[in-house]
Amino acid sequence: METILSTHGLARTFTTKRGTVEAVRGIDMTVERGEILGFLGPNGAGKSTTLRMLTTLLPPTRGTATIAGHDLARDPVAVRRRIGYVAQRSGVAADETVRDELVFQGRLYGLTREDAVRRALELADDLDLADLLDRKGAALSGGQQRRLDIALALTHRPAVLFLDEPTTGLDPGSRAALWDLIRRVRDEQRTTVFLTTHYLDEADALSDRLVVVDGGLVVAEGTPLDLKTRYGGSPDAGLQDTFIAITGHGPKPAEPAPLAL
Amino acid sequence: MPSLFTETGVVFGRYLRQTLRSRISVIFGLMQPLLFLVFFGPLLRDVPLGGEGDSWQTLVPGLLIQLGLFSAAFAGIGVIIEKQLGIIERMRVTPVSRSALLFGRVLRDVVQLLVQSLLLVLLGIAFGLRAPVAGVLIAFLLVGLMGASLASLSYAFAMRVRTAQEFAPVVNSINLPAMLLSGILLPMALAPGWLDTISRFVPFRYVVEAIRAVFVGDYGDAAVLQGTLAVAVLAAVSLTAGVRLFGRADA
Ligand SMILES: Nc1ncnc2c1ncn2[C@@H]1O[C@H](COP(=O)(O)OP(=O)(O)OP(=O)(O)O)[C@@H](O)[C@H]1O
Ligand SMILES: [Mg+2]
Repeated sequence: METILSTHGLARTFTTKRGTVEAVRGIDMTVERGEILGFLGPNGAGKSTTLRMLTTLLPPTRGTATIAGHDLARDPVAVRRRIGYVAQRSGVAADETVRDELVFQGRLYGLTREDAVRRALELADDLDLADLLDRKGAALSGGQQRRLDIALALTHRPAVLFLDEPTTGLDPGSRAALWDLIRRVRDEQRTTVFLTTHYLDEADALSDRLVVVDGGLVVAEGTPLDLKTRYGGSPDAGLQDTFIAITGHGPKPAEPAPLAL
Repeated sequence: MPSLFTETGVVFGRYLRQTLRSRISVIFGLMQPLLFLVFFGPLLRDVPLGGEGDSWQTLVPGLLIQLGLFSAAFAGIGVIIEKQLGIIERMRVTPVSRSALLFGRVLRDVVQLLVQSLLLVLLGIAFGLRAPVAGVLIAFLLVGLMGASLASLSYAFAMRVRTAQEFAPVVNSINLPAMLLSGILLPMALAPGWLDTISRFVPFRYVVEAIRAVFVGDYGDAAVLQGTLAVAVLAAVSLTAGVRLFGRADA
């Protein structure tokens, strides 16, 4: 096993006019090369904030992280060369064509013009975008746009691919296609995939391992089977019930009746 | 590793293509100065303005500054939209230099401003402006540097705000007084003492006066040196601030 990502006490506090928000309180975890890691947690648990720290977009308030052998704080540029990131809100310009976006992305990663054009065609073939090369961003469906987002993030064959809710808003067919794509990327290039999702069936089907966060802390981790056995009561438990057992964010247990005086 | 120069060129290319695609924005920025030129300029023809040269040689330099203020100072709006769409983060997660992300955009804004300036001067000539070619070229240099300064401040500010609704009122409330206090439509020589004093703190005033001097071919005038210095200091300060703020990790 080869550790590709590790964090120690990674934390982030936001200061707002209303006071401070401890979005992430201290996350310790390790991810092995080639793993598909499902990063779960209720709304506001700190998933996106963690991803934005790991992708060098947000400086941590405390803690450290090492990604693909590079320290996040000391050498963010080296980290950037080894990671790809698809944000919760995607980043495609409405008036740029798929081709121009792909070529531009290649050039941001330092490819020459010819190499960037060649890589754009490769990615388009690979991600089923070849017929859409001259379409503008605004004219893509949700699923097509997501495929383009992922193609952009794969331009430089990253060692770690971070996906923040990649399948939100997609129809079942597009979701299944995206799962296949994610598995294929991992199988063909041993890319480590770090993804967040609110779809527990997706987490179950796709992830080798799950990390559940709540209130900015890791509250459980293990294979889907582990977690079901440990928290859901049996290996056949639904991940839904398991998730609720872990985070306690479900229907509240019946309140004891108030004592009559 | 690609140089800052190459990376700036890549970013510049993307934004120049976007501008060429929506040529309307070039005309839009030009609208206000053109209206002044056509509907206000002719009124000044026989008014004594106290400077050297005729009324067009006084008015057109001011309109160039007005153009710079309105064209470049609003450049940041584009970044706010890109931020909302996640495009900024997508670029910032790549190893490209953050300075290149700024300089590429600023360069596009300067090119756009110079094209607009050329159109403005050509229309001015149609109306009766006469100015030496060398003078016009010096004016473009000053306007270009001023545009680079304003655009880079505009981007730095845009990185700090969330919405265009927060951005536009602030820029407007700086632009309008800056424009009036620079003696853009009429020379500040006509101003009472107190107004003249205030306007001396506005760097654009010196740029307008320098351009008025070069438009009458008076290259040795002290105003030319003052204007050049003002614009050089402005550019140094603004580009440094821009690089700092645009490059901040948490911007
Ligand atoms: N820029 C910010 N300023 C202030 N608070 C923030 C900021 N970004 C996030 N937060 C807060 O930090 C907490 C964690 O947010 P985050 O976006 O990481 O959650 P999440 O787990 O991704 O949630 P979701 O599942 O809804 O996407 C939330 O309470 C959020 O309001
Ligand atoms: Mg999120």
